[in-house]
Amino acid sequence: DLGLINMTRGVTESSRQIYDLHMTIFSITVAIGVLVFGAMFYSIFRHRKARGVKPAKFHHSTAVEIVWTVIPLGILVAMAVPATQTLIDLDDTSESEMTVKVTGYQWFWGYEYMDEDVQFLSRLDVDSDRARRLRSGVEPASVDNYLQNVDKRLVLPVDTKIRFQITAADVIHSWWMPDLGWKKDAIPGFVNETWTRIDEPGVYRGRCAELCGRDHGFMPIVVEAVEKDEFQAWLAEQRGETGATAEAAETDEDEQVGDALASR
Amino acid sequence: MTATTQDHAHHEAEPTGLKRWLVTTNHKDIGSMYLLFSLAMFLVGGAMALVIRAELFQPGLQVVDPYFFNQMTTMHALVMIFGAVMPAFTGLANWMIPLMVGAPDMALPRMNNWSFWLLPFGFAVLLSTLFMPGGGPAGGWTMYPPLMLQTGTAFPFVIFAIHVLGISSIMGSINVIATILNMRAPGMTLMKMPLFVWTWLITAYLMIAVMPVLAGAITMLLTDQYFGTTFFSAAGGGDPVLYQHIFWFFGHPEVYILILPAFGIISTIIPAFTRKPLFGYSSMVYATASIAFLSFIVWAHHMFTVGMPLAGQLFFMYATMLIAVPTGVKVFNWVATMWRGAMTFETPMLFALAFVFLFTIGGFSGLMLAIAPADFQYHDTYFVVAHFHYVLVTGAVFAILAAAYYWLPKWTGHMYSERLGQWHFWLSVIFVNVLFFPQHFLGLAGMPRRIPDYSVQFADWNMISSIGGFGFGFAQLIFVWLLYKCIRGGQKAEARAWEGAEGLEWEVPSPAPHHTFDTPPVVR
Amino acid sequence: MAQAEGGYYVPHGSNWPIIGSVGMTTLVVGIAMYLEGMGIGTWVLGAGALITAWMVIGWFGDVIRESVKGLYSDQVDRSLRWGMIWFIFSEIMFFAAFFGALFYARTLSVPWLSGEDPATSRLLWDSMALNWPTAGPGNAAMDFQPMGPWPLPTINTLILLTSGLTLTVAHHALKEGNRAKLITFMWMTVALGVIFTGFQGYEYYEAYAHLNLRLETGIYGSTFFMLTGFHGMHVVIGTILLLVITLRCMKGHFRPDSHFGFEGAAWYWHFVDVVWLGLYIFVYIL
Ligand code: HEA
Ligand code: HEA
Ligand code: CUA
Ligand SMILES: [Cu+2]
Repeated sequence: DLGLINMTRGVTESSRQIYDLHMTIFSITVAIGVLVFGAMFYSIFRHRKARGVKPAKFHHSTAVEIVWTVIPLGILVAMAVPATQTLIDLDDTSESEMTVKVTGYQWFWGYEYMDEDVQFLSRLDVDSDRARRLRSGVEPASVDNYLQNVDKRLVLPVDTKIRFQITAADVIHSWWMPDLGWKKDAIPGFVNETWTRIDEPGVYRGRCAELCGRDHGFMPIVVEAVEKDEFQAWLAEQRGETGATAEAAETDEDEQVGDALASR
Repeated sequence: MTATTQDHAHHEAEPTGLKRWLVTTNHKDIGSMYLLFSLAMFLVGGAMALVIRAELFQPGLQVVDPYFFNQMTTMHALVMIFGAVMPAFTGLANWMIPLMVGAPDMALPRMNNWSFWLLPFGFAVLLSTLFMPGGGPAGGWTMYPPLMLQTGTAFPFVIFAIHVLGISSIMGSINVIATILNMRAPGMTLMKMPLFVWTWLITAYLMIAVMPVLAGAITMLLTDQYFGTTFFSAAGGGDPVLYQHIFWFFGHPEVYILILPAFGIISTIIPAFTRKPLFGYSSMVYATASIAFLSFIVWAHHMFTVGMPLAGQLFFMYATMLIAVPTGVKVFNWVATMWRGAMTFETPMLFALAFVFLFTIGGFSGLMLAIAPADFQYHDTYFVVAHFHYVLVTGAVFAILAAAYYWLPKWTGHMYSERLGQWHFWLSVIFVNVLFFPQHFLGLAGMPRRIPDYSVQFADWNMISSIGGFGFGFAQLIFVWLLYKCIRGGQKAEARAWEGAEGLEWEVPSPAPHHTFDTPPVVR
Repeated sequence: MAQAEGGYYVPHGSNWPIIGSVGMTTLVVGIAMYLEGMGIGTWVLGAGALITAWMVIGWFGDVIRESVKGLYSDQVDRSLRWGMIWFIFSEIMFFAAFFGALFYARTLSVPWLSGEDPATSRLLWDSMALNWPTAGPGNAAMDFQPMGPWPLPTINTLILLTSGLTLTVAHHALKEGNRAKLITFMWMTVALGVIFTGFQGYEYYEAYAHLNLRLETGIYGSTFFMLTGFHGMHVVIGTILLLVITLRCMKGHFRPDSHFGFEGAAWYWHFVDVVWLGLYIFVYIL
């Protein structure tokens, strides 16, 4: 897809802030580039020996040098202001309405809805998993959402401030959902906190963004954002399942293994 | 000035054949060995890059197993950084610093030989790990724990190989410092030194300051693995992130180690081909020093996503952004040097001009990465890969190529083939952009780095990038061919091979005699 | 090529560097093999150590011979000085990495693990409180006693400080041309170095035998042993250097106005001394 050349604007306030920041800084650098390279190419075309010019002799000018120290400094300050604001906003996890604990494993994700008694693991879906084997013969394009599909999505409500508590069980992973605007490392033995508030229902795809071994490329993340009442219904359904079905039991076990690993 | 250049009648016969190279204390011999070694490593590291690009040519896994892919990524970077770029700069330092400051040799000639010979041995160990049970290191060149601790048999060999390479760099830098501080010809005050010498002096300080820190970091990895220490394990009260702090305290200055000598080269070449003195010599020196100083307080910009406290993120963001100021001063000075010069465009100049243009683009993306909240999106994507290849390949490597073309006549006594040089340049500069520019797009669109396979929306740009990679790689073979021809023969070079070239190195014949400046020249 | 007319002495080709490369590589490969449990590792390691030792002795031998022959001009002398100074600086940076780890653990990671970062502490470590010195939240069962500053470390501090003093006295004696005093004080310095190492060894024995304090004792054990261990290693190297210098003094190698070998070793010793003061304060007292 040759049109895919820029950062997503995403579906949260923060992701849009970041997108705007990105575009602002990008434009500033382009503008500086046009000036600097403009001068350079002008010089290359005009001040060449082949055109018979005699070289000038000047070799410094304190005034000019001060100017081109101070102006960039000013530009940087102008960039730093919105960047600081965005950073401060992103850092504030207070007043969140619910909490999801995310655990990275080699090579899948574990999710736990804190205080809701719902938890499960989320892995690369079977079709992608089959196609991604070395010389599998399966054409990736023929697989639906190749490498960006999971067996069980992380379902989240919209318009809700959700706190994430992110950790890992074995090595460092990084939970990245471009549409939410951030990634955060999952570090064994430590919990990183961050938050999001999704504006629009939809299915969003992300992936692990820290080298975590052989299958680092194969631990996608899928978030399904739904309306609040739908989310409540989904939760209830999950709780119904928990404890009864075999799948849930297996999940519990995995989770325990994970916790054991995490506390090593 | 009086440059004594005749060879001495030797008291004892100097060894010949292989022995000569094994035991030599001559800075020119050692410089040549460094440079050729670096070229060999560039081809090896490049071949690994081509494995990477071949696998990424299309989605799906066609060529290598994911684990081997990770080994390639890791080794590619280690080989390029420690094997290609650093030794190339050290080789240039060896060849040129004594010539530029009017010294008979490096200050500590025997240690100089040792610094070099540790490299092939270190790399033999490092590369051999690829054939060990469990394969080579696959945790990325950054070697973060706990992942790095999952390396197989290779683990301690990798650690010790890096120790050996580090010792080599430290000794090399000590030599450079001693040479510059102590071996300058009378009259060559510090502020009269060529900028290449200045930038190398500062680089050498960076190296002796941070290579030992890397040694410390990987020593802790080693003891965590084998002796039960818990520096990087939470259960024992340590923290995996601690490793990252120590590593990047080394790693960030390291990237300036890879670029400051390049700045020196560019500051030498542009005046030569504009026939006009360098603009703002002293501000160049101060800018270099400021960059070096700042490089020690910005390391955590590689770690914005690890969950640092807000104050830390802000500090490292501001400090990093500041580096744009002295670097900008350099770029502006170069452009001002070109301004109203009388330029010609031989191959060294072409590479130097491409450097100014493309390095600056890499610098701009660096500045974007420095913006912490935006880095939450950029981090660990191909945007970063694009950034650092612009500064490393079109930055460091282009500068090294420029330097090679510029000084080849002095080294070999022959002019290289300008026609081949132009081909090499134009093919390189076109393909390198085909190779790395699309990686910006890939990164922004969400492709993580260090993955062997990707989802299909990234297919097109990856294919283009891979084509660029192969094109760029094969373009380098032109250089190898040109080099071979130039060593074997060619038009005889004059002492001052370039019309506008300035500096002591151009006062001695081409090729530079085996011993130069046995009696120091006097600089006015 | 050795220059006659007082130029800069550029030595002939030398075999030592290449022997050194072989030796060092063999040594580290041997260690790596040993760590990976390969049987021949120890042999390789031993061979490497021997080759390296041969190189060190041979190389320094050459340098000493050249120096005694008077081949080293003042300029060469200055090169050696710059070399030594910046080598020591690089050593300081090596220690800085380990001090950095200690400070990080004490001011950041341990407090985070024990509650300053509520999520980490509550979710993963059952809100366990930790106080320095600690073996970490995963080793709560590990019962150990820390190594206090009293008595051995304090005595050792005094020993090292005294050795710095005796070394300085020896240096003055050398400058005054007082050979007897020089040699006496050099031997005293060497002896103090040896005593220090002996006490340090005893302290380690105590730690393992009675305090249950080991390398594996979490971050406290890690930082304690790595810092003191690398320091101890440097004391041993420094002592050997001083020993060689003492023997050279006895052979009459140094002149009052030119004795870089002596000074280089002395600088090294002072560096070891200063690092110890850092250790004494940050590892033992605070
Ligand atoms: C030669 C090597 C080199 C150089 C010179 C640089 C230069 C810079 N780098 Fe780069 N960097 C790397 C090599 C290098 N980098 C590598 C290898 C990595 C990845 C490591 C890894 O993870 O494996 C990396 C990663 C990296 C990151 C981490 C990204 C991430 O992982 O998320 C960041 C973040 O701040 C960064 C920033 C910068 C900045 C601000 C500069 C600045 O020095 C650039 C300054 C230059 C300019 C800005 C252009 C010229 C200036 C002007 C024309 C003046 C006017 C301009 C303005 C006022 C805007 N770099
Ligand atoms: C100075 C440093 C340097 C240099 C010069 C290069 C040069 C190149 N790099 Fe480098 N690269 C890094 C430093 C460097 N890189 C680092 C630090 C990383 C990060 C690693 C990590 O994540 O840990 C990286 C990662 C990296 C990646 C990302 C891998 C990943 O994330 O999984 C890619 C992918 O395209 C890549 C490609 C290339 C290419 C195509 C070149 C080309 O410029 C190479 C061109 C040269 C040749 C192709 C050689 C030519 C020779 C032949 C063609 C002859 C054929 C062979 C034989 C005779 C045997 N590099
Ligand atoms: Cu998990 Cu990468
Ligand atoms: Cu950096």
